[in-house]
Amino acid sequence: MKTGVSRTMSTLMDVPAGKTKREVIEQAVIRFAGDSGDGMQITGSQFTNTVALYGNDIATFPDYPAEIRAPAGTVPGVSGFQLNFSSGEVHTPGDSVDVLIAMNPAALKVNIADLKANGIAIINADSFKEGDLRKAHLTTNPLEDHSLDKFRVFPVELQRLTRAALQHLGLDAKAMDRCKNFFALGMCYWLYNRSMEPTIRWIDDKFKKKPLLTEANKLALKAGYSYCEATEAFQISYEIPPAQLSPGLYRNLSGNQALALGFVTAAKKAGLKLFLGSYPITPASDILHELSQYKDFGVLTFQAEDEIAAITSSIGASYAGCLAVTTTSGPGMALKTEALGLAVMTELPLVICNIQRGGPSTGLPTKTEQADLLQALFGRNSEAPIPVLAAATPADCFWIAVEASRIALKYMVPVIILSDGYLANGAEPWRIPSVDEIPGIPVRFATDPDGFLPYKRDPDTLARPWAIPGTPGLEHRIGGLEKQDVTGNVNYEPLNHEKMVRIRAAKIDAIVQDVPNVLPSGDPEGDLLLVSWGSTYGSITQAVKAERAKGRKLGHLHLRYLNPLPANLGDILKRYRKILVPELNMGQLVWVLRAKYLVDAVGLNKIQGRPFKQNELEQKIEEMLGRQEAR
Amino acid sequence: MTTTALPPLTKKDFQTDQEVRWCPGCGDYAILAAVQAVFPELGVPRENFVVVSGIGCSSRFPYYMNTYGFHSIHGRAPAVASGIKIAHPELEVWVATGDGDALAIGGNHTIHMLRRNVGIKVLLFNNRIYGLTKGQYSPTSEFHKITKSTPFGSPDRPFNPVSLAIGAEATFVARAVDVFQVHLKDTLRAAAAHKGSAFVEILQNCNIFNDGAWTGLTEKDARSEHVMLLEHGKPLVFGKNRDKGIRRKSDGDIEVVPLGNGITESDLVVHDAHHPRPSYAFLLSHMEHRPGFPTPIGVFRAWDDLPRYEDVINDQVREVISKKGPGDLNRLLQAGDTWEVK
Repeated sequence: MKTGVSRTMSTLMDVPAGKTKREVIEQAVIRFAGDSGDGMQITGSQFTNTVALYGNDIATFPDYPAEIRAPAGTVPGVSGFQLNFSSGEVHTPGDSVDVLIAMNPAALKVNIADLKANGIAIINADSFKEGDLRKAHLTTNPLEDHSLDKFRVFPVELQRLTRAALQHLGLDAKAMDRCKNFFALGMCYWLYNRSMEPTIRWIDDKFKKKPLLTEANKLALKAGYSYCEATEAFQISYEIPPAQLSPGLYRNLSGNQALALGFVTAAKKAGLKLFLGSYPITPASDILHELSQYKDFGVLTFQAEDEIAAITSSIGASYAGCLAVTTTSGPGMALKTEALGLAVMTELPLVICNIQRGGPSTGLPTKTEQADLLQALFGRNSEAPIPVLAAATPADCFWIAVEASRIALKYMVPVIILSDGYLANGAEPWRIPSVDEIPGIPVRFATDPDGFLPYKRDPDTLARPWAIPGTPGLEHRIGGLEKQDVTGNVNYEPLNHEKMVRIRAAKIDAIVQDVPNVLPSGDPEGDLLLVSWGSTYGSITQAVKAERAKGRKLGHLHLRYLNPLPANLGDILKRYRKILVPELNMGQLVWVLRAKYLVDAVGLNKIQGRPFKQNELEQKIEEMLGRQEAR
Repeated sequence: MTTTALPPLTKKDFQTDQEVRWCPGCGDYAILAAVQAVFPELGVPRENFVVVSGIGCSSRFPYYMNTYGFHSIHGRAPAVASGIKIAHPELEVWVATGDGDALAIGGNHTIHMLRRNVGIKVLLFNNRIYGLTKGQYSPTSEFHKITKSTPFGSPDRPFNPVSLAIGAEATFVARAVDVFQVHLKDTLRAAAAHKGSAFVEILQNCNIFNDGAWTGLTEKDARSEHVMLLEHGKPLVFGKNRDKGIRRKSDGDIEVVPLGNGITESDLVVHDAHHPRPSYAFLLSHMEHRPGFPTPIGVFRAWDDLPRYEDVINDQVREVISKKGPGDLNRLLQAGDTWEVK
């Protein structure tokens, strides 16, 4: 399946000069790495956009430091963007890379370990002076000390060549140097036979008010491309044909964009105004940025003074009849806890997005983790159950946003969505649904004063009526104090309290009727079942596929609903001899499964701020089943 | 939201069937009575009133008002109310809060709501004590106050709520007293008439945990001697015999002067509640801490030329829609670079 560049490449020496070869391959992984000021995220996104438009399946992994600009040239300042693109199905950004673009010694040092043997390293040779090496704490020059001998290294004077190309424009040296990432991008387009058109369009749009910069970036891009053509530097180029995706119109979508689009869609489908109360926090802020643009959809975005105001303003907007959403990450989630209880008590619809990151406390703001599951399930005072949904892939965030909104509105409950930094910033092709194929979300405000009581429930959903201010005759009071059943009046009686606690729990449990039964992929029964949730979907899918190809009897069950869990989950767990739950935490879902189903599930736990690699999962599978068990 | 003509509302329309559970003799009863008396006069349909509160004795207020009501969590009423008001600017949103709720745990929300000029009316019941938790000192308790949590005296200086609100550049700031019913109702009417944020500090007695909190102002003799009523366009005069006034000094500060001996009302500061800048109102708000100065009550500041936050945010929506037309969801989903797989 994985036919990288390295496997199919011969050494440069074998290729006669003047005869550039083009080779068709199935898949490649490319990583752009440089200083946080080198524009690596833009370069990576541009390359991604181009190959996606061409029709490759893709998965991306932007990996950037928490510091906006760590000292230039140092290891903490290294920013990376990895892309896996293929003519086949892609689920992960790839364990190791075929091509590494390193803009400085620090970027090379941090990333070289992931380059495949015989892989291509395109290195900015202008940044390997003594001072540059010192900043990266290197004592010898990797371009000279033979440490890179097992790779195919292409030192290119990116700075000098870019300046030469832009010389006539009259820009200062600093401005010219800022274009060198596009020189490198142009080289990559040549290497993979890709059109520069989409990036040229992007440059035109991005710098439309600065014609000189438009010109400079386009020139740098084209210069990089021409450089490869003229010098035949690589002597080989690659062609990765389009993937066989199911028919439809596609776009490239990140998880945070997908959530934003999902909420606009849900609000439209429900016929409600969308309100977002949010306080900026990494890696969730992009949802606020996205939604603040959609004023033509009537979206109200409120950048609150803090996390607590972000959720409580949303609760207010929900009370007033909006589809209300609040977005945050772990530390903000902790601050919202008391208000979550208020939403539970007042039984108002609300969607809370936790874009998880490494913790505890401030932790690793820009790195991914999935250690807030137990917080989502239980992190409130007293008995305060909340439905919890988790997106599996960046594009799945769209559907999770729609589904969470639907549940919140149907059952009059707050719903938590768990995403994470990897999904938020990662991107994949998304088949754009037509609006008509998305089911409507029925919403009914109470209007009839006859027999109205604020806590009189719908017998099917146990939802209380949504009576919004401005409706004559339905004036009523709600709040955080315990409610009397039906009337909603303040009530402290012991039996009423127990009854209300049980009703609130039963209401959440009843949502199971909306949770589809799950079916494992792979073998429907057998030696081992992998159970996963959230962003680990891709790497586990890939690993299971690979291990099944080796003859192992494996199933994979991925959960998008974490509360309530699917009704048939217990039955499925019994069909396998062993259960493995890989998670990017210390073992949270595994803890839930063991407690709820009394199964001897074991965890595979990684807490490094990075996603699983396929081979880490395969190793664990083989360890659990033993090599001899493969049949 | 409906605005059809209905029979005129009365005080009774705003009373609920819930038993009021404040301690007998609590100043909150007087505030409730005043609010229930003023609401029917405002020409707002009852269903358009929303009363929001946080936690504390004062925050039970919504349960006793037959309007829409939300008893939220400690300190967060301004944020809950902001969400309601942004979502539906036509609603008449009032917040009932206390000195602990608004100035300690909820201080952040209070100042930001005022800074934004969200069109919410805030009634801060100031009894200078934590009543619901049975008698700890509050952010407005006097320095060195002996309470359950400060047996050797409170170690921190109090906030002056009016100064704080003016410091946050609130566009309407007033002070009233629970037992001065007529003035309290006048102040509530003035607050209701203000379009932007209105902040009213109501000095209120807690006869259980801080009895006599304001007797220095509310006793009959004290009232006439130490309370100065602020009236727009009128000179700042006070004293039992109206024989003292406030005069500007050449350095910009103010001083108390006796009237007579050549000093007349024409030498005094004439109260200008509508001044666009808050510095004058701030000066007034601080005078009570100075020896010999009176405590002002009434409207310190009522400057209504600033747009309301909820109007700004909703106008942005309207403007974009009028320019671009209402959003087309299919077009939004298909925005940016797309490609077709056949």
